[in-house]
Amino acid sequence: MEVALFLLLAALSVAGVAGFLVTRNQAHGALLLVLSFTSLGGIFGLLGAPFLAAVQVIVYAGAILVLFLFVIMMVNLREGVPAERKKWTLVMAAALGLVLLAELALAFGRLAGGAPPAAAGGSSTAGLGTLLFTRYLYPFEITSLLILAALAGGLTLARRKDAP
Amino acid sequence: MIPTVWVLVLAAVLFVLGAVAFFVKRDLLTMFLAVEVMLNAGSLAFIAFARERGVLDGQVVVFFIITVAAAEAAIGLAIILLVFRQRRTIKAEDMRELRG
Repeated sequence: MEVALFLLLAALSVAGVAGFLVTRNQAHGALLLVLSFTSLGGIFGLLGAPFLAAVQVIVYAGAILVLFLFVIMMVNLREGVPAERKKWTLVMAAALGLVLLAELALAFGRLAGGAPPAAAGGSSTAGLGTLLFTRYLYPFEITSLLILAALAGGLTLARRKDAP
Repeated sequence: MIPTVWVLVLAAVLFVLGAVAFFVKRDLLTMFLAVEVMLNAGSLAFIAFARERGVLDGQVVVFFIITVAAAEAAIGLAIILLVFRQRRTIKAEDMRELRG
């Protein structure tokens, strides 16, 4: 059951990204990525990370990609998305992708004979919270500074010159 | 129990698709979306290893990845909007001031 669900969600996420790669419509691409990232959230849940599954769906699929959709609609190209790059660029990209995939497969292939996963102990969400506020307290606080800087930067960049 | 190797293969496939999309696509917004795909593939690998080792530190890293991705999307989209406002285009090859 668990494995079947994983395979279904994995197929959905790969199909979403593949559709994003093929489509010429920016908005369709972003919506396909919403599908893909939501399925990835489901996979996070299957892998024993329920909190991150919720964050993935709410923040990534819900907030970040909707932000992209807003910008896509604001930019709204009249003449549509330009044609794909030249033929040889496509071939080079495919070759590079294959090489990268082979490298990663080689690296991960060594793990195939490894020990079976250790049983997850305790509630993962409570453990995550404890870890976040003990060992990773400084990174956590610095993240809030980063968000503040991003907020100020975004406001400054997006402001019109003639605004007060 | 889902084998860790399967999850890692999924992460690798997603990362490669994201990288190929980054090189094939021609407008800044779609290239930026491709970067998000690669970030997600990285997150998936972190979660897979966290489960394999039975520790939660990998999940903390994914938490930070998602936070930083949110900040990065806000700034990146503001920059793209600024470029569009000044040039009326978001094609990557129109940005070539620094080419010799």
